[in-house]
Amino acid sequence: MGDEDRPLLNIKELKKSFGDNLVLDGISFSLDTGQNKVIIGPSGTGKSTVLNCVNRLVVPDGGEIWLEDTEIVSCDNINEVRQEIGYVFQGFGLFHHLTALKNVMLGLTRVKKVPKKEAKEKAIAKLERVGLLDVLESYPAQLSGGQKQRVAIARALAMEPKLMLFDEPTSALDPELIGEVLNVMRKLAEEGMTMLVVTHEMGFARAVSDEIIFMEKGRIVEKSSPEKMFEQPENPRTREFLFKLDELYGKGGE
Amino acid sequence: MILLSARIELIRRSLPALLGGTVITIQLTVLILLFGVFFGLLFAFGQVYGNKPIRWFVNGYEKVFRSIPELVLLLLVFYGPPSLGIRISPFNAAVLGLGLRATAYMSQIFRGTFKSVGSDQITAAYSLGMGKYKTFLFVILPQAFRVFIPPFANEYAIILKDTSLAYALGVAELLRQGQYIIAVAYDPLSIFLAIAAIYFVLTFGVTRLLKILENKLKIPGIGVEIG
Amino acid sequence: MLEFLTEFMIIDIFVSNFGRLMSGLRFTLTLTFVVMFFGTIFGVLLALGRSYGIKPISWVCTAYIELIRGTPMLAQLFILYFALPAYGIRFSAVTVAYLGFTINCAAYQAEYTRGSLESVGADQYKSAYSLGMKRWQTILFVVLPQAIRWSIPAWTNEFIYILKYTSLAYIIGAPDLMTQGKFIASRNYQFFRVYFIAAIIYLVIVLISTWIIDKIEAKFKIPGFG
Repeated sequence: MGDEDRPLLNIKELKKSFGDNLVLDGISFSLDTGQNKVIIGPSGTGKSTVLNCVNRLVVPDGGEIWLEDTEIVSCDNINEVRQEIGYVFQGFGLFHHLTALKNVMLGLTRVKKVPKKEAKEKAIAKLERVGLLDVLESYPAQLSGGQKQRVAIARALAMEPKLMLFDEPTSALDPELIGEVLNVMRKLAEEGMTMLVVTHEMGFARAVSDEIIFMEKGRIVEKSSPEKMFEQPENPRTREFLFKLDELYGKGGE
Repeated sequence: MILLSARIELIRRSLPALLGGTVITIQLTVLILLFGVFFGLLFAFGQVYGNKPIRWFVNGYEKVFRSIPELVLLLLVFYGPPSLGIRISPFNAAVLGLGLRATAYMSQIFRGTFKSVGSDQITAAYSLGMGKYKTFLFVILPQAFRVFIPPFANEYAIILKDTSLAYALGVAELLRQGQYIIAVAYDPLSIFLAIAAIYFVLTFGVTRLLKILENKLKIPGIGVEIG
Repeated sequence: MLEFLTEFMIIDIFVSNFGRLMSGLRFTLTLTFVVMFFGTIFGVLLALGRSYGIKPISWVCTAYIELIRGTPMLAQLFILYFALPAYGIRFSAVTVAYLGFTINCAAYQAEYTRGSLESVGADQYKSAYSLGMKRWQTILFVVLPQAIRWSIPAWTNEFIYILKYTSLAYIIGAPDLMTQGKFIASRNYQFFRVYFIAAIIYLVIVLISTWIIDKIEAKFKIPGFG
């Protein structure tokens, strides 16, 4: 499988502006296979833009993004690269006209050209993994937010991605439904999935992540292990942000 | 093939007659709209505030006059009254026939518009001591008016185009004026394209103007589409 | 007054001309279904062309849709029936009916479909792209199926609209219900009575159609759509 030292995802000097608004001002970090990193920071600081760039849903103005030995910003087979990267959105993004099962099957049959029967078996297996065997034939409108997000995770997993991106996956959920989604994500992490997560759930960040990246105004202010980040953050801005989060959401713990 | 210059010359010479037809078309449109707005409003009030028989009647009326083709209505209105000994001119038959249809659609549009103003608005107005009349005039109407514009623009365009059916009764509206010219000067395509252009300006132009009015009057939060 | 009420005595005429009326009705219904079928297919293609086509295609589709919607159907029929023969293109009244109504129907169906296409949210595109779908796959498998479901009420309205407007065949003389009515009336001079019969037939057909359409829509309803 090539160079052992090479990270799975390597982001170098990523830059992006929307008009006059500089959103990413030179972001660099990397992710090894099996690692989990969480990006935190105030809203509007470009966290989601980083994820969108990794999937080239937003095209960066500068910098490089390497998935193993493919450079994503300049590659000409982006649709193949995207199949390697699962993406879970804040707003679920389930296809409204398809049942839970068909939502998971669509990428398999239409993109990977997997035969229908096989796709169905695989989709059912993934839905079972996220605990949703009982809603196979339900349409998105009939599901709770937590169920929708778990279908979205199953849909991404069905493509057998090397890397999963989560963009505030629990922010649109009612508080009592957050747990079921975080549990699925935690299980995924334990099973060795490589994950890059943008979230405000500090309990999750602390329990699951290998590193926490604090971003503000398009820059990485500080990155360190969760223990260090929560116990003794170096930068005063980080301290201030975590303090505010504590006030809003309670201590970083369960 | 007819030379382009000859075509332009023909259209230029025909313009007075075509504009004469356009005036009739506009007259028909305006009268039908007035007819439809007046009775449509009346019917909508009947539907909203009336007792059971009135509501029943309005519902039935809407169903019937939305189901019968416009052309059939025109012919019925044209051929019906003479058997009563009443003479009705083709022009008046066209206004009445299409007006009866417009009433049915307008009534629905008005009803939808009134409904778009939430009951909380009415409760709030009552709580300020406004009566039914003042509530309608100062609270419901100003909000409803804005919601009313898009379906009204749509209905205007439909009525304008439907006035061409008065052709079948012999009214000298735009399309028939065109046929008169074609009978003399044998260049139907030029004349029909000129006619189509006039209709297009009248529908597209006016609906655009109403769109501008709609945007001018727009209040953030009001302007929900109604079926 | 009594004299007028007798105008509504129509059973004799209905019975003695039943065959002709039904043949007219059959033509009206066939025309409506065929026009709806092709009009909807062309309408969807026009909408796709307008929303997703390259500039010249989008422009042509837009012009078509707006020009047809901005002019009366009768004028369109006249161009096909009276103007084209001057250029050696001669269609029968029946062909003009099929062609003209389809041309008209396609423009309206396109406009309804376009509205639905545009109402499909950006999140749907984003999800599809993130799965590695190409643009055309996204449009075909994700956006269009949703747009079609949103369009169905407008499409079925258009069905009723076309059903009513096929009566314009009367003016060019294609053998629809109204043309048959005109034929009957021209022999018995009972214009009001004959057209009254036609009105009742249209009323019944439209009411039955709306009832059936409601049933079908309810049956194929997907949770979350309308």
